[in-house]
This record gives sequence, structure tokens and C-alpha cells, in this order.
Amino acid sequence: MNRKWDVIGSEGFKFMGKMNASISHEIKNVLAIINENAGLLEDFTLMAGKGQGLDPERLKSLAGKIQHQVQRADRIIRNMNTFAHSVDETRKKVDLGEVVAFMAALSERPASMKGVALEVTPPLRPISITTNPFLLEILIWRCLDFAMAVCGTGKTVVLKTERNDQGANITFSQLKRLSDASSRTWFPQDLENALADSLGAEIVVNESVGEIVLGLPENIE
Amino acid sequence: MRVILIDDEEELVSTLAERLSFRGIDADWATSGRQALEKIAEISYDIAVVDIKMPQIGGIELKRMMSKKYPHMKFIFMTGHGSEEDFITGTEEAGAEYYLVKPVDIEELTEKLKQVMGWQGGRK
Repeated sequence: MNRKWDVIGSEGFKFMGKMNASISHEIKNVLAIINENAGLLEDFTLMAGKGQGLDPERLKSLAGKIQHQVQRADRIIRNMNTFAHSVDETRKKVDLGEVVAFMAALSERPASMKGVALEVTPPLRPISITTNPFLLEILIWRCLDFAMAVCGTGKTVVLKTERNDQGANITFSQLKRLSDASSRTWFPQDLENALADSLGAEIVVNESVGEIVLGLPENIE
Repeated sequence: MRVILIDDEEELVSTLAERLSFRGIDADWATSGRQALEKIAEISYDIAVVDIKMPQIGGIELKRMMSKKYPHMKFIFMTGHGSEEDFITGTEEAGAEYYLVKPVDIEELTEKLKQVMGWQGGRK
């Protein structure tokens, strides 16, 4: 029992660190772009001071680019805030489709660094489950991280959320290299099994169709 | 002096290139290591300003690939984080001439480009 929580606790810190590093990197990029656009505006005004005309369309375009980056930063910071609050409660009713979409958004940069695209297929109707939100996020991330490693040449991972009799399934599909002998031994390992056990979840690896299915109960005990 | 700026953020490198051109530096840009390798195969550049963390081919790997084929090229690294570890990796281990932290100060970049090329006002 203690070992299980040691494994989960250690991974929780690593997960927090990884996501924070990714988010801060994105914010730095946004700031760098705003800085260059503001600098370009300054260059134009300096040139105008020397008698060169200012093009209103160019100025309008630059203002639009800055506004776009501010909106991008706002989205990143909203995600960061949602992520920070996921540790607030150890048992909470969540919209599973929203959690999966959120995790895909949070994983966008790590996926992009690996050249992988993430496609989210939302459920037809909202699916509410009562679970531990932070542990669920770690487990989705672990499945996704592995899925990205075995998606093969297609370089796309599809995440689909559906209702089932006991609760819901999250399916990670298009994992073309899942049946490779070397891939099969990687997953699930102690950590994923410990997380699944804590959430009352089940991980099924379907090598023949290249899918991992994460089954979640409607309500954790 | 001909410079290529390489970063996966297109708006960043295209704007930086335009600002460098106002300062008398001929600058081009690429948004991936692969695109940079294609451009370098066609056009000769003196310096590459490269983001360390890029999808697929990172800055350090790109430098290794380019240095083998184009030994005359010099490199300046950019990074979002200015940790000492990044600095050591970038300058000492990977052998870049200089290391810039984002957001980039255009005057610092201009100055460093000129220094790296030993540019004293006229074209080298």
C-alpha cells in the first residue's frame, strides 16, 4: 500500500514539473513574440521620425498580432489555473469529455516536440464521473505519453471518450507500433497499475487494433 | 553577413528577421530544423541563430548536423529559460558562440552577430 502511494506521489511531482515547464516555455514564446512586435512598432516610429511614412495597414496588422498573442497567453494561463486547481479535491464530479480535451490541450507542446498530432473525439453527450481529478490527469498523461511513443509513422493519436455500462471509456487509438515486441513490455507498468487501482479503473491494451482503452467507473469508492 | 533564424514560432523569427534587416543585417528564417537544412543546402549563411528546444530536430542536434556539412557556419543559441545548465549545454558542450535568453534584445543580438563575424561596419 505504501509503495503504491510512494510511486504515485513521486510521479505526481514529476507530472506537475513537466506540465509547468511546458506551460512556462509556451508563455515565454508568447512574450518573445509580443516583444518583437512591439519592437517592430518602435522601429517604425523611429523611421517615421526620420521622415519615412507609416503604413496604417501595417500598424493595424501588428496590433492584431499582439492581440492574438494576448489571447493565446490568456488560454495558456486559464489552462494553468485549471491544472493548479485539479489538486483541490480528492473526489469530485467531473465532465470526462472536458478533462480529456483539457489534457490534450495541456499535452499539445510535448506532442508537438515529438511531431505528434492529437485528435480529440468528444462524447455525444456530456459524461459525468466522480473521481480523483489529479490522479485521473496523471493516468491520462501516462497513457498519452506511451501512446505518442507507439503511434508510429502516422504520428497521430486519437482520443475518444464514450459512455459504457460501468462508467466511461477513454480510447487511445491509431497506435501502429503497439504490437512491436519491444513496445508491449513498456505498458502498463507499476505506476499505471497503481493509478488504475486507486481510481478503480482498468487498462486494456488491444495490440491487434492498436488501441489502449482506459475504463473508468462512474463513481470511485 | 547572411544570417538564418530558426525557431518553430514563425511570427517570432519573421519579425526578428525584419528588424535585423533594418539594422543592415541580411536575415532569413526557418520554422523547423528540416526547413533550415533545405534552405542551407541552397543558400550560404554565415551564422545560424537557433532555438534550443524545437520539435523533432532540436537546436543542439541541428548544430551538430550543420557543423559537419558547413564547418564555416557559426551558431548563436536562443532559449526560453536562462538556466546555468542550459548555458553550459549550449555554449560549452555544443560549442555555440553565444547564448540568448528569450525575449531577445534586438540590440544585443545585432551586437553579438557583428562580434561573431568580426564585423567592423563594412561587410566581411
